Amino acid sequence: MVSVDGTDIPGSLIRVRHLNKQYRRGSETIDVLQGLNLDVGAGEFVAFMGPSGSGKTTLLNLLGGLDVPTSGSVTVDGDEITSMSARRLSSWRARHVGFIFQMYNLIPVLTAAQNVELPLLLTRLGAARRRQQVATALALVGLSDRAKHYPRQLSGGQEQRVAIARAIVADPTFLLCDEPTGDLDRKSGDEILDLLSALSRDHGKTVLIVTHDPRAAERADVVLHLDKGVLVHDPATEPVA
Amino acid sequence: MAIPISYNLRSAVARWPAALVSVLGIAGTVGVFVAMLSMARGFQSTLIASGSEGNAMILRAGADAEMVSAIALEEVRIIGDAPEVMRDGRGAPLVSPEVVVVAAFQLRSSGTDANVQVRGVSPSALEVRPSVRVTEGRFFRPGLAELVVGRNAAAIYRGVGLGATIDFGGQAWRVVGIMEAGGSAFDSELWCDAAVLNQVFDRPENIFQSVTARLVSKDRFSEFKDRLTADPRLTVQVERETAYYAKQSRVVTTLIRVLGFLVAAVMAVGAVFGALNTMYSAVAARSREIATMRALGFSRGSVVLSFVVESLLIAGVGGALGCVAVLPLNGFTTGTINWQTFSHLAFAFRVTPGLMLAGLTFALLMGFVGGVFPALRAARMSVARALREL
Ligand SMILES: Nc1ncnc2c1ncn2[C@@H]1O[C@H](COP(=O)(O)OP(=O)(O)O)[C@@H](O)[C@H]1O
Ligand SMILES: [Mg+2]
Repeated sequence: MVSVDGTDIPGSLIRVRHLNKQYRRGSETIDVLQGLNLDVGAGEFVAFMGPSGSGKTTLLNLLGGLDVPTSGSVTVDGDEITSMSARRLSSWRARHVGFIFQMYNLIPVLTAAQNVELPLLLTRLGAARRRQQVATALALVGLSDRAKHYPRQLSGGQEQRVAIARAIVADPTFLLCDEPTGDLDRKSGDEILDLLSALSRDHGKTVLIVTHDPRAAERADVVLHLDKGVLVHDPATEPVA
Repeated sequence: MAIPISYNLRSAVARWPAALVSVLGIAGTVGVFVAMLSMARGFQSTLIASGSEGNAMILRAGADAEMVSAIALEEVRIIGDAPEVMRDGRGAPLVSPEVVVVAAFQLRSSGTDANVQVRGVSPSALEVRPSVRVTEGRFFRPGLAELVVGRNAAAIYRGVGLGATIDFGGQAWRVVGIMEAGGSAFDSELWCDAAVLNQVFDRPENIFQSVTARLVSKDRFSEFKDRLTADPRLTVQVERETAYYAKQSRVVTTLIRVLGFLVAAVMAVGAVFGALNTMYSAVAARSREIATMRALGFSRGSVVLSFVVESLLIAGVGGALGCVAVLPLNGFTTGTINWQTFSHLAFAFRVTPGLMLAGLTFALLMGFVGGVFPALRAARMSVARALREL
C-alpha cells in the first residue's frame, strides 16, 4: 500500500512525515519539498514523476540518507534515518539501500565484478562467499560473461545492468532508482525496466523509481506526482476508494 | 572492510601524468636527501675505519686534534712502559710517536692545490696499525727522506706515484711505496719517518704530536687510560683510536647532514606541493566516484584512508625511485676538506640500507602530508551535490 496524505498504513516500510527541504542559493531560498508525506508498504513498486526541477532527486536523496532534510522525518523499517549521525547513516545505507543512478556511476577502473563486489566489502562475508554472490547478481542481470569487463568496454544498457547487480548484491531493503533509463535507448531501457519489474514481482523487492518515461511508470504499482513540494496520486492509477 | 587498494592503484595509473609529477618531485627530494646522508656516512666511516678498537691515541691533555698537541720523548717512553702495551718480538713496545704537517699538492683533476696530511710515524707504525699494508714498493727506511703514499693520495695528486721525487719542506723526498689502509683516512696521507720530518721542518727532535699505542687487548683500554692519566709525570688524554676518529669526523659529517637536511627540506616543500596538487586534482576529478562509494555505504573514514593510501603509494614509488637513482653513487669516491686537519680527505659515498629506509620514510612522510588534506576534502564533500555534478 502507498499513501501520501500522512495517514499511517499497516506494516509500512517507509514513512515520511512533514518533510521540508530548502536550498539556499545566495540570499534566495528555494523550497523544494514542503511538508511532504509518504507511506510505502514493503514490496511496492512506486514511480515518482514530475517536471524537471520539481525535487524528485532531492526526495530520493533524502529517502536514501544521502542528504538531510530541513525538517521532517524519514523512517525506514522502524529506523528514523533523519536523526542518525553521519557515521551510522553510512552503515545504514550499506545495509538497506541499493542505489541506481541515471549515469550508472560505475567505478571506471574496476571490472564489472569488482564494481558489484563493492557493497559486499562492507559486510562480513568472506572472499569465497562474495565471489559467489557477485556471480549470482551478475547472472540475474544476464552479464555473467562480462564479469571481467571494464565499464568502458560495456554498452550503456550493460553498464546499467551492472549497476543493478551492484545495487542488489547485498540484498538491500529497498532500491532507489533515479531516472535509470534516462540515458538509454528504448530497447536497453526496456531491459532495465524488465529487470526492475522482475525484482519487484519475483523477489519482492521494494522499488522506488524516478522517471520521466510514461512507459516506465506503466510498470509501477503506483505512480506519484511531485507537485509544489508534495506528492499526489496519479489520476490514472488513483486507487478507487 | 576498506575501499580496495586496487581502486587507488589503478586510478593513479589511469591518471599517470599527474601521478608522475608527484613521483618525480618526491624522487628528486629523496635522491638528494639520501645522497647527502650517504656522503656524510661515507665520510664518517672513512674516518672511523682509520681507528682500531685495540689502539689507544694519546694527545696532550686539552688538545682535541694532533695539530695542537705536543708530547715529549720522555713521555713516549713512559707510555711505552705501560704493561697494557703490546710488544714486538724483540720486546720493544708497539707505540708510534707521530708528527703531522700539511703540504700542498696539485690535484690531478683540477690542477689546483689541495692540502695533504704528511704523517711522520715510527718505523714500527705498520705493526701498530695492522690494517695498513704496503701494496707496492716497500716501507720507508728509518733516517731517510722516503715517503709511503696512501692509495687515494696516489690516485688524486699529480706526481706522487711510486718512484717519484717530491719537493717539500726544502727537501727532496722519494716515493718508495704505496699503502692501502682499507678506505680509511690514512689512504689520503703520506707517511715518512717522524724523526726525518721533524728535522726537515726544523722542529724540536724530541717533541711529537701524538702517540698511538697498540694494546695487548682492547679490553685493557680503561686500565691503560687510568694508568696514564693518574701518572703525575704525564699530562695526556687517552682515547680509543676509534673514538678519536669518530670525533674527527663530527664537524664535516654534521655540516653535510645539516646541509642535506636544509636542501631536502626546501625540496620537500616543493614535493609536498606537487603531491597536494596531484591529490587535490584526483579528488576533484573523482568526486562522483567518491560520492558513489559514500552512497554505497563506505564511511568518511574509509574515504580518507583510501586517498591517504593512494598518496602514500605514489610517494612510495617516488621514494623507491629516488633511492634506486642514487644507488650507483654507492662506492663513488670523492674528496673534501677535513676541517679538523685542514687536509684533503678522499672518501666513498655509502648508500646503506638504513639510509634508503630513511629516504623511503621521508617519502612516505611527504606523501602523507600531501595526501591527508585532499583526503579530508574528499571525505567532507557533500554526497548529494557531488552526485549531481556531471
Ligand atoms: N545543492 C543545491 N543547491 C541549490 N539548489 C539546488 C541544489 N540541489 C538542487 N537544487 C534545486 O532544487 C530543485 C530540485 O532539484 P532536483 O531535486 O534535482 O529536481 P529533479 O530531480 O526533480 O529534476 C531544483 O530547482 C534545483 O535547482
Ligand atoms: Mg533529478
